[in-house]
Amino acid sequence: MPEHAILAEGIRKNYGEKRALDGFDLAVPSGMVYGLLGPNGAGKTTAVRILTTLVRLDGGRAEVAGLDVATRPRQVRRRIGLAGQHAAVDEVLTGRQNLRMFGRLFHLGKKRAAERAEELLERFDLLDAADKGLKEYSGGMRRRLDLAASMILAPDVLFLDEPTTGLDPRGRNEVWDSVRSLVAQGTTVLLTTQYLDEADQLAGRIAVLDRGKVIADGPPESLKRLIGGDRIEVVVTDPANLSAAAAIVARVASAEPEVDTTAGRVHAPVTERVAALTEVARTLQDDGIGVEDIALRRPTLDEVFLRLTGHRAESAGEAPEKEKVKA
Amino acid sequence: MNVQAKTADDDALGARLYWAAADCWTIVLRGLTHYVRQPSNIAWQLGFPLVSVLLFGYVFGSAMSVPGGGDYREFLMPGMFGMTMAMGFMNTAYVVVYDSSRGVTDRFRSMPMSPSAVVTGRGVGDLIGASLDLVVLGLTALAIGWRSSGGVLDTLTAFGLLLLLRFALIWIGVLLGLLVPNEEAAGSLFAVAFPFAMISSAFVAPSLMPDWLGTIAMWNPVSATVTASRELFGNPAAVGDTWIEQHALLMSVVWPVVLTAIFLPLAVRRYQRLSR
Repeated sequence: MPEHAILAEGIRKNYGEKRALDGFDLAVPSGMVYGLLGPNGAGKTTAVRILTTLVRLDGGRAEVAGLDVATRPRQVRRRIGLAGQHAAVDEVLTGRQNLRMFGRLFHLGKKRAAERAEELLERFDLLDAADKGLKEYSGGMRRRLDLAASMILAPDVLFLDEPTTGLDPRGRNEVWDSVRSLVAQGTTVLLTTQYLDEADQLAGRIAVLDRGKVIADGPPESLKRLIGGDRIEVVVTDPANLSAAAAIVARVASAEPEVDTTAGRVHAPVTERVAALTEVARTLQDDGIGVEDIALRRPTLDEVFLRLTGHRAESAGEAPEKEKVKA
Repeated sequence: MNVQAKTADDDALGARLYWAAADCWTIVLRGLTHYVRQPSNIAWQLGFPLVSVLLFGYVFGSAMSVPGGGDYREFLMPGMFGMTMAMGFMNTAYVVVYDSSRGVTDRFRSMPMSPSAVVTGRGVGDLIGASLDLVVLGLTALAIGWRSSGGVLDTLTAFGLLLLLRFALIWIGVLLGLLVPNEEAAGSLFAVAFPFAMISSAFVAPSLMPDWLGTIAMWNPVSATVTASRELFGNPAAVGDTWIEQHALLMSVVWPVVLTAIFLPLAVRRYQRLSR
């Protein structure tokens, strides 16, 4: 196993005039979950499609499991699994028939393909539904079957392209649990997502992608520190108390609180989330400051972008939004 | 859990050919399993020709005449076979667009399977499906009194020519399936398939049509196959004295070869362009 399961250097990919990837660099150490975070159109899917040999790169180079994707695509395909944005399984076949078919196409013998199907059905908790047609599967079950199909060869590197897009919270949790169990077995996972929360939940390291480039990367904690992490937010009933509230918030905050006078709101990043919330709530009450709302908030992807790039998350190709919005 | 060992030496030429065939067969089995799990699809697929038999054979039948004489239903049945083959490319297009719009094609392409198997498996599967269609239609034809007065060899040759047409149209189906964006668009291909099958000698002799339309109908590849199979079945063929009608047997081979020569490379190229 090479040191880096995925290594991308200066990848460029154009679709006509549009630059999908523009000097994309990535180094994913073996055995970890790496989150690739970015809005629609940032180039996440293009990156995955290049690394999984589905599209050719226009420039730069990429290695997956130590093999060059441009010159040795067949060998790369034997070492990767891909679960894309659709549950790419046959809707007419049953779950069991799907896994056996994909097993055969991964060149397992008939008997081995059947055994592997049973192992995966059990592991992804699909045995009860194994002989049902996929029309009877929920969204979460389909994605789990999709994950199972991508795991048939026990790949060195697994690519999950927005694995929970379009799922309800329950389906999302089901998929997250499955991903965690894969990670426990040492598979390297590259996960793309639009949700900071998802990257935070699953990934040991996160790269933020904007307009075809990685603009920040690091462990979730450092990234969150960089962008301010969780924030405490207080909305006071009487705007006259705003500065008093800001002073209280400042005591627990890890940076200067920001004050929004029109909304009567003060917010600031915090590190000790619950302690900060309790402290602020208690002090506000002791000082008799009326509070409309008090909450801990995770930064949204929009805010991450705002912090990192100074522009809002946007689809690539649109004109960049120049104005810097102060929250 | 060592499931990788077996695939280690796949790159030798012999191994590649073996897997090209094995993967093709896996895809064929997938298609056949679809038939088994969705028997209603066969009913839909055959519904149109069967209803057409009823309409043209019995509703309009008495008002239809065959130039040069002969029973209209005898004339009609090979036309029915030809129409079913002609419209079969829609099934091909539908399955291709279904797979690509749901990411199944991408999954296949990201796997170490033989890249050609996706297309060859589709082709072999479609030909098996078309053969089943011909069996059902043939039995229906026998039930309403159609007979082949040609010999066994001629009869089999006629069915072979029908399948040859279907084979040539697979590549148009694959190409269209890769060009259209979704299944709805594939469904609207009916607007192309319907006139393609109907403006031919399948239902009415082109000599009975207005000159300009008759000429188009005569040169339609479907007409060559239908007329050739009528001749081989010994059914009334209503052959006029134009060159194209006189050489139906030749053209029933030439047309599929030409169509394949044009559309197979286009379909392959389009498939390869997926990686652009």
